[in-house]
Amino acid sequence: MKQYLKDKNFRAGLLITGIMLCVILIGLLWTPYDPNAMSGSEKLLKPSAAHLFGTDNFGRDIFSRVIQGAGATFLIAAAAVAIGLVIGLIIGGLTGYYGGVLDEILMRISDTILAFPSILLALVMIAILGKGKYNIIIALGILFIPSFARIVRSEVAKQKNTDYVRNARLMGASNMRILFLHIMPNIVPVLLSSVAIGFNNAVLSEASMSYLGVGVQPPDPSLGRLLSEAQGYLFQAPWYAICTGLAIILLILGFGLLSEGMGGE
Amino acid sequence: MTYVLKKTGVLIISLILISLLAFLAFQIIPGDPTTKILGTDYTPERAEALREQLGLNDPLPARYLSWLKGLLQGDPGISYSYFMPVKEVMSGKIQVTAALSLLSWVLVMLFSIPLGILLARFEGGHFERAGIVLNQVFMAVPPFFLGMLFTYLFGLVLHWFMPGGYIPFSQSVPGALGYMFFPALAIAIPKAAKTAKLLRSSILNEMNKDYVRTAYSRGNSRWAVLRDHVLRNAMLPVITYLAMSLADTVAGSIIVEQVFALPGLGRLLLSAIGNRDFPVAQCIVVIIAFVVVFMNYLADIITQYVDPRVRLS
Amino acid sequence: MSDRVLEVNNLSVVYQDSTVFGKKSNFQALTDVSFHIDHGEIVGLVGESGCGKSTLSKAILGMLDDAKVTGEIRHYTKRPQMVFQDPHGSLNPARTVGWILEEPLRIFGKYDEPERKRRVLDMMTRVGLDHELITHKPRELSGGQKQRVSIATALIQRPRFVVADEPVSALDVSIQGQILQLLLNLRDELDLSYLFITHDLNLCYSICDRVLVMYKGQIVEQGPVDEVYEHPQHEYTKALLDAVLK
Repeated sequence: MKQYLKDKNFRAGLLITGIMLCVILIGLLWTPYDPNAMSGSEKLLKPSAAHLFGTDNFGRDIFSRVIQGAGATFLIAAAAVAIGLVIGLIIGGLTGYYGGVLDEILMRISDTILAFPSILLALVMIAILGKGKYNIIIALGILFIPSFARIVRSEVAKQKNTDYVRNARLMGASNMRILFLHIMPNIVPVLLSSVAIGFNNAVLSEASMSYLGVGVQPPDPSLGRLLSEAQGYLFQAPWYAICTGLAIILLILGFGLLSEGMGGE
Repeated sequence: MTYVLKKTGVLIISLILISLLAFLAFQIIPGDPTTKILGTDYTPERAEALREQLGLNDPLPARYLSWLKGLLQGDPGISYSYFMPVKEVMSGKIQVTAALSLLSWVLVMLFSIPLGILLARFEGGHFERAGIVLNQVFMAVPPFFLGMLFTYLFGLVLHWFMPGGYIPFSQSVPGALGYMFFPALAIAIPKAAKTAKLLRSSILNEMNKDYVRTAYSRGNSRWAVLRDHVLRNAMLPVITYLAMSLADTVAGSIIVEQVFALPGLGRLLLSAIGNRDFPVAQCIVVIIAFVVVFMNYLADIITQYVDPRVRLS
Repeated sequence: MSDRVLEVNNLSVVYQDSTVFGKKSNFQALTDVSFHIDHGEIVGLVGESGCGKSTLSKAILGMLDDAKVTGEIRHYTKRPQMVFQDPHGSLNPARTVGWILEEPLRIFGKYDEPERKRRVLDMMTRVGLDHELITHKPRELSGGQKQRVSIATALIQRPRFVVADEPVSALDVSIQGQILQLLLNLRDELDLSYLFITHDLNLCYSICDRVLVMYKGQIVEQGPVDEVYEHPQHEYTKALLDAVLK
């Protein structure tokens, strides 16, 4: 962690992500207005001191809705990354440690999957699973498995021929113990960068899918869904789309910078 | 030559596998399409007759083979929602998506190559620092959001084009391309930012090599060294990346078509998924997948052709 | 026969490098190696780098995964251990000294936690490590401290036989003496026998009881250090000694 703080990208990413997360956390407990409270007299108001981001066609406070949507988007991203990470760790760990034919086959499959634009695969999975918040999480989670598995595999393969692993084997440690207790803690730094990239991709994918109407469905909130609502009022209330879009950009930018600062792509 | 043959073999196997996977993926979805097609006309007898007509009663391998045969002959089945050949449903739509993704791909190259070179040329200066920050921000902008901004700014405020409007290619090619410019730009900008970044770091990486130092020591200017020595080598990874990014511009089209209401494959795919019209969805997925795999194949071949070192490793 | 800790008979090792296409390239790393180590002995293994010293040490401890091993290796003690050449690589970089030292005891599984902690601190005292280092990561230690941790890890399961693979060659000259003295003291305190691998003939002479001279995967000469150094029989041994003594 300390050595990352020297990196400009990492510091900028930490700042942006930190602010976004604080706002999201506060938003879980308190928002300036009830995100769903309609007001007939306050429709499509421009941004002002009372309504920082203005109001939408139902007179709802857009600032509160964006905070709520950002929270939902972040949780979806976190859940998808968690699924991809855990399964990727297990698959990548085992294939990297044992190698062999299964390793070859799995890596060829993941190469092929990684060659495809993730949005296309996500759409296919949504076609199979159906729309909705939980299906988006599952679809993105599954899509993230290959990239995590690939990184874990190559790191484990690197680590397994080190002296500390030989030493552990000499002491009688079992293969599972060596893999999960000895090797895994050493690949955490590399994984942190991929986790940040994962969040970056997850936020973008959620926003895209929900914008296209195949992701999060009403009444569940999310930034992508807000954008698709905002599109209908682009002329009367451009601030709706712009403010929502800026929230998406900040989330993606923050995670992208974090990942880069930690030595990712 | 053996390299090309080997890669071609892998390409053919991948294409077969993709068609099989795409077919199977849409077979595991539960539900009987006949209820959807017949709607209020549904009777068990009619449904049975329709199943027979669509070949749904055949065993799975036979259905796969007949579908694959149809696909290769340009007749990939019957749409469930329109109850007409998929071919007719898709007519005209492929051209829109193909033109849109190609146009944005060209824009990516037009922006990223000069930008990447300039960023590397002015390394360490204010121009570079500002450029990198801006580049980083553009990388984070989702194409569909850029599309919305363009619709607002150039469509609603400046009236440069009519949001939601479109002129088919059959009426006017310049008109159609005109309506595609802003969507293509929306797809291209984030991708161009990423490519420029890659090119910049590729050039800077190359600049640190011994042969470049030698060139400097002979009194060449930074521009001359860049132009005569570095670019050729630095472009290698970028060429591969560009070849593969056509796949991403196709994916970008799927989303951005929705923003500008362009009648392409993306909109059709979304409505097919929404209506559970699987023959159409399946066909679009396979077409796009083929493009992706083929571009990767081309990227491999180009890299090998330009850089013989790859052959050795 | 006196009290044996290790006996190796006719040991041969062939590395097999098989590719996917079935082409094989073989490399004969050890040929017909036989020797033994008795209780309390320090047996030196000398030879130039690449002669098979490391392969022999790995073969003895069963650490060769991808090679064909023939012959007999008989251990008369339980859980033989190894001190590696590079202490930096043999300590898990992600863990603390305390975790690294306790891990062999957790794997051994016979002691409860307070007993494990007691043994860790006891061993740290024996190898001359400050107790406060227990929370440090390996990268925060000096080379000498790292090698002390490495020795402590090897000894904490209380083996009777230890392979020391160039245990001081990666260290500063100023520290080498301390670590060697530590190894000698520990042999007496903990009743150990060593196979001491080195390319340093002077070092071998000063601490070993017997010596094995290895050349191109074979042991060309073995015997008590004094005899071998004073009356070398094999041409290679003579050449080695000439190079040092001149």
